[in-house]
Amino acid sequence: MAAPNLDVKYVAHLARLQLTPEEEKKFGEQLGHILEHIEKLNQLDVSSVEPTAHAVPLVNVTRRDEVTPSLPHEDAMRNAPAKRDGLFIVPKIVE
Amino acid sequence: MLNQLTISELTAKLAKREVSSRAATQACLDQIARVDGQVHAFLNHDAADALAQADAADKAIAAGATHAQQPLLGVPIAVKDVIAVKGQPLTCGSKILGKFISPYDATVTEKLRAAGAIVFGRLNMDEFAMGSSTENSAFGVTRNPWDTARIPGGSSGGSAAAVAADECIATLGSDTGGSVRQPAANCGCVGLKPTYGRVSRYGLVAFASSLDQIGPLTKDVRDAATMLKVISGHDQRDSTSLPEAVPDFSASLGHSIKGMKLGLPKEYMIGGLDPEVKLAVEAAVAQLTKLGAEIVEISLPHTDYAVATYYIIATAEASANLARFDGIRYGARVDGADPIELYSKTRGAGFGAEVKRRIILGTYVLSSGYHDAYYLRAQKVRTLIRQDFLKAFEQVDAIVAPTTPTAAFKIGEKSEDPLQLYLGDIFTLSCNLAGICGISVPCGFTKSPKLPIGLQLLGRPMGEATLLRVAHAYEQGTGWHQEKSPLARG
Repeated sequence: MAAPNLDVKYVAHLARLQLTPEEEKKFGEQLGHILEHIEKLNQLDVSSVEPTAHAVPLVNVTRRDEVTPSLPHEDAMRNAPAKRDGLFIVPKIVE
Repeated sequence: MLNQLTISELTAKLAKREVSSRAATQACLDQIARVDGQVHAFLNHDAADALAQADAADKAIAAGATHAQQPLLGVPIAVKDVIAVKGQPLTCGSKILGKFISPYDATVTEKLRAAGAIVFGRLNMDEFAMGSSTENSAFGVTRNPWDTARIPGGSSGGSAAAVAADECIATLGSDTGGSVRQPAANCGCVGLKPTYGRVSRYGLVAFASSLDQIGPLTKDVRDAATMLKVISGHDQRDSTSLPEAVPDFSASLGHSIKGMKLGLPKEYMIGGLDPEVKLAVEAAVAQLTKLGAEIVEISLPHTDYAVATYYIIATAEASANLARFDGIRYGARVDGADPIELYSKTRGAGFGAEVKRRIILGTYVLSSGYHDAYYLRAQKVRTLIRQDFLKAFEQVDAIVAPTTPTAAFKIGEKSEDPLQLYLGDIFTLSCNLAGICGISVPCGFTKSPKLPIGLQLLGRPMGEATLLRVAHAYEQGTGWHQEKSPLARG
């Protein structure tokens, strides 16, 4: 059973993830089962509970605003699939 | 058979100049050549580079360098393929990274090098650490050295199998929901997940940033203590790294556990737990009692909600983290008429099925209209799960539990049913949600076939010293960790 509200095609578009029609169907069914399991959380009353984003008691971690050595430009570019003159090449964005 | 040694055994021999690091490294390379065709723990390794590092270590030892200064001097250590090692490939078990070469070292890599380790080899894993079997690697499954028809666990399956097959002395893995402890249990080695914030995540490719921790997989508890000491510590490049002092974990070993209180969660000993696993854990509890620990029944009432909570939070964070793999700045690219089409095609071609499933789920639970119902609610239940543990730790020094509900299953057995696979993570997930520490140590075997079983100990935030002390006391009273897998035996 597919989850009633999960439109896999739409969500895949939001995630910029191309799926085949077979994948859409299969993931819809599998995620339906998983979402059914997740419904379990509705059994709990969490109205007075604060959310936990992460378990470490640290807030607003900053470091001194000082210039330190960083990755050289050419090292950062080395893995680029398409590059020229120290820049990444991408399809045309603005007409 | 130098590849069979533990860190403490090898460093003792190196210090006495009985053996060279080159010989130890060569023994590991020979073992890889002999058995890795059957295990497939390694995605790749650079033998010439490893031997060059070993020669440098031998030179340093000859010049007077000591293991007191450099605890891993001359010791071959391999790492999961999700941790950056400068100049080495980094795939995360995925096709989407293409021919990526790490431009820098992860903090843990720097620390291993500073400690004198021979850092070599990239270990197989579930793609982006998403899985419990290493079947989700884009580069083929890793096999369990105890029975090559079975999974080694995951996602750090390569890290566990390499240790169990004696292909190296120790390894690093990463643990987001059990990915160090579960494969350690399945392969019969020791696996430690440190407290969130104990070990820097800089240079660890992110899966779920609020849950990920790097941890060691070793042949015994003493080695886990040595490795943890080396990789721990505050790092300003990871804003979630804790500015806490790093204790000498090895110093906590060898002390009695008499009078310590250990909690047995009543929610962990029911439903779906294999009878042989249950027996082994009960025998381990009896052993701990014999050593003088007091066993107290405790309750972690929100255990039943952990899987649902985890698979919302982990997938939500993953969907955001994995947005960076878009074919623009690095990795493989599939061209498109416009950027959106380029992204979609690149990601559609580059990611495997499990990663796609989790991106879809994670995007969905964060999407407009569903965020509060799923993501925010899960974060609130996470608070309840964390409170369960903190409350339990007011009463006990550590918690005792199984690591996994069953021993290693057969390759292919669960790959068509993701939910069943997720439910197998029930005993390990909560530790990550709560941000506490945990360790898995061998506690016996199933009869036929003979497969390792893991005992899990869970400790307070920053409570690794206590955890290691209990694990070591238990280990010293048993011989489970000394049993060798058929492939290690040679």
